Amino acid sequence: MSHHISPIREPLILGNKSYHDITEDLISPTERTPGFAWIVGFMISITLLAFGLFCIAWTVWHGIGTWNLNRTIGWGWDITNFVWWIGIGHAGTLISAILLLFRQKWRTGVNRAAEAMTIFAVMCAALFPGIHVGRAWVVFYFFPYPNTRGPLWPNFNSPLLWDLFAISTYFTVSLLFWYTGLVPDFATVRDRASGLRKKIYNFLSFGWTGSAKHWQRWEALSLVLAGIATPLVLSVHTIVSFDFATSIIPGWHTTIFPPYFVAGAIFSGFAMVLTLMIITRKILSLEEYITIAHIESMNKVILVTGSIVGVAYLTELFIAWYSGYVYEQFAFFNRALGPYWWSYFGMMFCNVVSPQFFWSRKIRRSIWWTFFLSIVINIGMWFERFVIIATTLARDYLPSSWSYYSPTWVEMGIFIGTLGIFFTLFLIFTRVAPVVAVAEVKSILKSAGDQYTGPNAHKHGHGKANKHGVGNGITPNHDHDAGDRNVKEAVGAASSSMTAARSEGDGASAEMEIDIPDYGGLDDDLKKIEGVGPKIERVLKDAGIKSFPALSEMKTESLQYILDKAEGNFGGNDPQSWAQQAKLASQGKWSELKQLQDRLSGGKY
Amino acid sequence: MAGHKDIIFGLYNDEEIMLDAVKAANADHLEIMDVYTPFPVHGLDPLLGLSESRLHIAGFVYGLLGTLTAFLGMTWIFTKDWPIIFGGKPHWAVPAFIPITFELTVLFAAIGMTVTFYIVCGLGPGVTNEILDNRITDDKFCIAFDKSEVNAGSAESFFAKTGASEVHSKTL
Repeated sequence: MSHHISPIREPLILGNKSYHDITEDLISPTERTPGFAWIVGFMISITLLAFGLFCIAWTVWHGIGTWNLNRTIGWGWDITNFVWWIGIGHAGTLISAILLLFRQKWRTGVNRAAEAMTIFAVMCAALFPGIHVGRAWVVFYFFPYPNTRGPLWPNFNSPLLWDLFAISTYFTVSLLFWYTGLVPDFATVRDRASGLRKKIYNFLSFGWTGSAKHWQRWEALSLVLAGIATPLVLSVHTIVSFDFATSIIPGWHTTIFPPYFVAGAIFSGFAMVLTLMIITRKILSLEEYITIAHIESMNKVILVTGSIVGVAYLTELFIAWYSGYVYEQFAFFNRALGPYWWSYFGMMFCNVVSPQFFWSRKIRRSIWWTFFLSIVINIGMWFERFVIIATTLARDYLPSSWSYYSPTWVEMGIFIGTLGIFFTLFLIFTRVAPVVAVAEVKSILKSAGDQYTGPNAHKHGHGKANKHGVGNGITPNHDHDAGDRNVKEAVGAASSSMTAARSEGDGASAEMEIDIPDYGGLDDDLKKIEGVGPKIERVLKDAGIKSFPALSEMKTESLQYILDKAEGNFGGNDPQSWAQQAKLASQGKWSELKQLQDRLSGGKY
Repeated sequence: MAGHKDIIFGLYNDEEIMLDAVKAANADHLEIMDVYTPFPVHGLDPLLGLSESRLHIAGFVYGLLGTLTAFLGMTWIFTKDWPIIFGGKPHWAVPAFIPITFELTVLFAAIGMTVTFYIVCGLGPGVTNEILDNRITDDKFCIAFDKSEVNAGSAESFFAKTGASEVHSKTL
């Protein structure tokens, strides 16, 4: 807490929040009755889930013949969906574990929901190995336990069994990590609840008290779990890739598969997190906790991992040519020009082209573009797995083995059913638990809250405690002494300088002498400055800044001081770009001003 | 927690003030019973004289147990109990054993450490602890003294001196 925070760091918590505000904003969705959007979403996903369960029952009752798998295409939509869901699950562990090890504070806005998403995605994935066997009622044979059949053990040398261990471990570790983080947050819900809700959350919070020793152990546990979850998440999709890479099928038997699959998993996982978070933050009004900064950071990860996937595609093509191995070369000709050429081009467009849009800062920070591209990416990644599995198997070594596969309604129904399972569980999660990690967000408030970053970083820095609590000393609504009244009188004057008295016991604000440049009767429409609305224009004009030239000569610290001290809650606004915009306006350079404003977002760089 | 404890505790609005208060308590040699916070406060543990957690050592031991279970288990199964030739591989196929050995190491370490964490903290499903104040998990920082170690008078003057916003007593 005593390290220097650069003033150019973007804040991760907006809206001048106090610790109590954070509790209120994040816990109250679990205390309200569900809104219309939630009910409609829940109805739809429960319906899909029910249809999926019906299709699964149909499969188990009538047998795998209800699917269109045939003699050479033994894996179709079942394994495509399996790999797709496991890939989606990777984002949660990456955000929770790997970003913890890299000390990235922005993970706290999204880690709870992303970890929940991982758990639900792994549950959907695990369904497929379970039901794609001939006798689903004896799938427990996969597990090594002493039995009366010899004892007959499973084949530990097979990647299919490594998968079993990897996914079971991944599910268990993710669940433990997620729940450990939830315990203190459930305690917060418990302490606000009464009656039956209090009993339920008391049970769920395991008796958490907030004792210092418990927090110490909690942090130690989180750190070690993060440390072991990181190689775990890398190993899981590596092992899934081994299902293909350890075979002899051309197009599968390549050493690029492990890193390619892991990068692809992170790629699709982050896309799904973004899809869910953009909807969730809007419906639960969490835009101040899941900010554009968070979305931009996730888009940067998507750009990197999407580029790795793109490079992997090109590498496969290059090596197929360079190796001179005709079967490998044919595998790729077949993908692009064979019976499934449409899925190959879908994959190439969605996965290679779409993440490259995120080089543009404007698109990285745009909600609509991000939402649209995240869905495109998830579709593309489904096609990638389909291309790898069905296309390759349709045209293997012997032409006499060539065949074609398209799914039956049962297979499609099961896939839709897993979407139903996933969204049902996620919707229940948003009702029952806080979607953002409450305690972790509180712990980064003093280093990443917007009242502590930007030009205020040096003023409201560390060690400047406020007796009345976080956030209270900064907005003048809470000050009740004579010093403040002097400020209001001085601000009303149109003259050139003003001073503010120090308010008693308030260590956070300091005296400041501000010179307002005098431009006579010049009066401009300050609302033309991005970030200045009618109320802030009033504040500036009351302080004596009435024109563009005057505003262009003001220092950011002075403007921030005026905003802080004005009546009304303006401390959260950031005037970093106003002087520059005012300068262009005062010189009449309107098109340059427009270009500058296109680059800004809410008046910020 | 059997037996009665008379507790006097103070609530603070800000963790920096609470940290200064803990330093003052150390200077005045007042024995703090415990400190309760809504989130982990860095710098608090050394001030309270808390020894470092040894959970990571437990984690290592559990992980080692997982490694040995997996590797020795597979070795016995495939060399002694029912050796089968898979794909021309030798019976003791060490490279093929690596993925499962790694997974079981992680699994045992995670489950073992988490269960140990809850046991040593005295937390778990069905455990109910007496909470001093409902706002501690919201935005208040609490320093608690045991009245049998620190008398109420010195505790109250301590809280007044260090800027506690509220002082209460409770019997557990």
